[in-house]
Amino acid sequence: MIPSLPRPAWLRAATALYVGAFLLFLFLPLAVVAVFAFNDAPYPAPPWHGFTLDWFFGNEAAGRVGLFRDSELLGSIWTSCIVALWVTGLSVVVGTANAFLMEREQFPGKGILSMLMLTPLVIPGVILGISILAFASRLADLCTDLFGLEADFLRPGLPLVVLGQFSYIVAIATLTISARLKRFDRSLEDAALNLGASHAAVLWNVTLPYLRPAIIGSAAIAFLMSFENFNTTLMLVGSDAPLTIMMYGRMREGATPVLNAVSLFLMSASAILALMLLRRGPRAPP
Amino acid sequence: MAASATGASWYRRLVLALLLAPALLWLLALIILPHLDLAVLSFRERVAPREYVASLAQYRSFFGEPLYWHVFLRTALLSALATALTLLLAFPIAWIIAKLARGRMSALLFVVCLIPFWVSETVRTLGWMILLRESGVLPAVLVHLGFTAQPVELLYHDATILVGLVYTSLLFMVVPLVGSLESLDNSLIEAAYDLGGKGGSILRTIVIPHAAPGITAGCIVVFMLTLGNYLTPTLLGGKNSLWFTEQIYTQFITRFNWEQGAAFGFLLLALSTAMVWLGLKASGQRFSDVMRRV
Repeated sequence: MIPSLPRPAWLRAATALYVGAFLLFLFLPLAVVAVFAFNDAPYPAPPWHGFTLDWFFGNEAAGRVGLFRDSELLGSIWTSCIVALWVTGLSVVVGTANAFLMEREQFPGKGILSMLMLTPLVIPGVILGISILAFASRLADLCTDLFGLEADFLRPGLPLVVLGQFSYIVAIATLTISARLKRFDRSLEDAALNLGASHAAVLWNVTLPYLRPAIIGSAAIAFLMSFENFNTTLMLVGSDAPLTIMMYGRMREGATPVLNAVSLFLMSASAILALMLLRRGPRAPP
Repeated sequence: MAASATGASWYRRLVLALLLAPALLWLLALIILPHLDLAVLSFRERVAPREYVASLAQYRSFFGEPLYWHVFLRTALLSALATALTLLLAFPIAWIIAKLARGRMSALLFVVCLIPFWVSETVRTLGWMILLRESGVLPAVLVHLGFTAQPVELLYHDATILVGLVYTSLLFMVVPLVGSLESLDNSLIEAAYDLGGKGGSILRTIVIPHAAPGITAGCIVVFMLTLGNYLTPTLLGGKNSLWFTEQIYTQFITRFNWEQGAAFGFLLLALSTAMVWLGLKASGQRFSDVMRRV
């Protein structure tokens, strides 16, 4: 059970076996994705035909369009980045404002508001997507009927994708930043004010630097969640497909190992992001 | 003096208003109004182009058409099963991380368990497809080892969907479980052991009651995410997946029948909310505490 209690040898062996099997289960799917990005065959399937970099650099002449020559895929990566940057920016700014609102202000209805701020996390993403789609279309129709204007940004497309993802990612940013603001020692602010600092200077030089680790952390999480979002995006997407939607479409058709190449690229990007965050972690002030 | 006091209170009000504005805008424009609109949509019926009347037709057709409610029930049951399997699989590893492994080993194991979830669900599903499809890795291995004469198709079964869903959900179970197990004092287990408790009874009377908040939090989140999943069932289940989110997509995007799709969406939301509520009631926890655990 626990290290201080006697454990029979078979239990130790079983534990080690379990951990091994569990890790195999976790990493086998990722490993095959990575390995078959380099297989010299038109399908990501065994047997192994030898090593190639065609799925990264191949061009039309070779009969294989590699990742870095596939303008459709590269375009969708770019689209995902733009969407994720917008969602991250909006979520961090609004999340920080929400944190100050919930931790510093007193107003009637605060309990209800704090409950409401958590609800987006328990609404399935597909439903967030369709409700925003339907509401935005109604507003767009209203615009047309009343003013004769075409409100294109309210039709399926990237602006709606950004809003849809923002609608629940901001709840996560709010939780993360509030948790840190709650632990802030307000006497530090009082000290700065007593020493003659203005409210704005206190916010900029004392409170925000303290919040920085939470802000950076929630920005990274927001970017990642936006980049990987599928459910909400699927309902709101227009003609420009972000990467997850593009990959889904190709996976249904039975795609070439170029998808493995993109996946490997994504795994490397995630790994770098994770390492950067882990390295930052210990240096953050308590 | 009085002037500066009103000045200060005016300033406080301005700050409050500025902080309230984005929060209210977010919740009203993206959560509350869209869901009210969806409710209105689900309670109407098209009688002529651009002409609608209030009706229960959308909900009647859900109960009248066996395919619809069969898929709904199937989605709910498979989600419950996936949640239970995820708990069974995650509990031992959470125990090992929280209690058996020490220091750096424990931290390392925890991080290693989280790594796959930094990668998009699309990528993880692609991995399972390469592993399981007829021309894939596992069927080839089975033939090689002599278990089957021909490669067998391992995709497009309910079991495949379950494997995919459990895999995708593990993180959301492991994190709250580790959190709640770490706070359990080892001396309680030692005491129970000294008093003659066996593994099973210690687990039942000490460990599980202590870890209940973590178990509830994990189960609620996993159930909700599984119920609302679209990618994993459609790709791993193919045409046989019959997942309810797929029905919503079909009504909304393919058939452009928004009224029916809205009703389906509400039914799914009702089920999801009911399960969250039941989970909270059963374990006597508050919603806000559970959400902070995950």
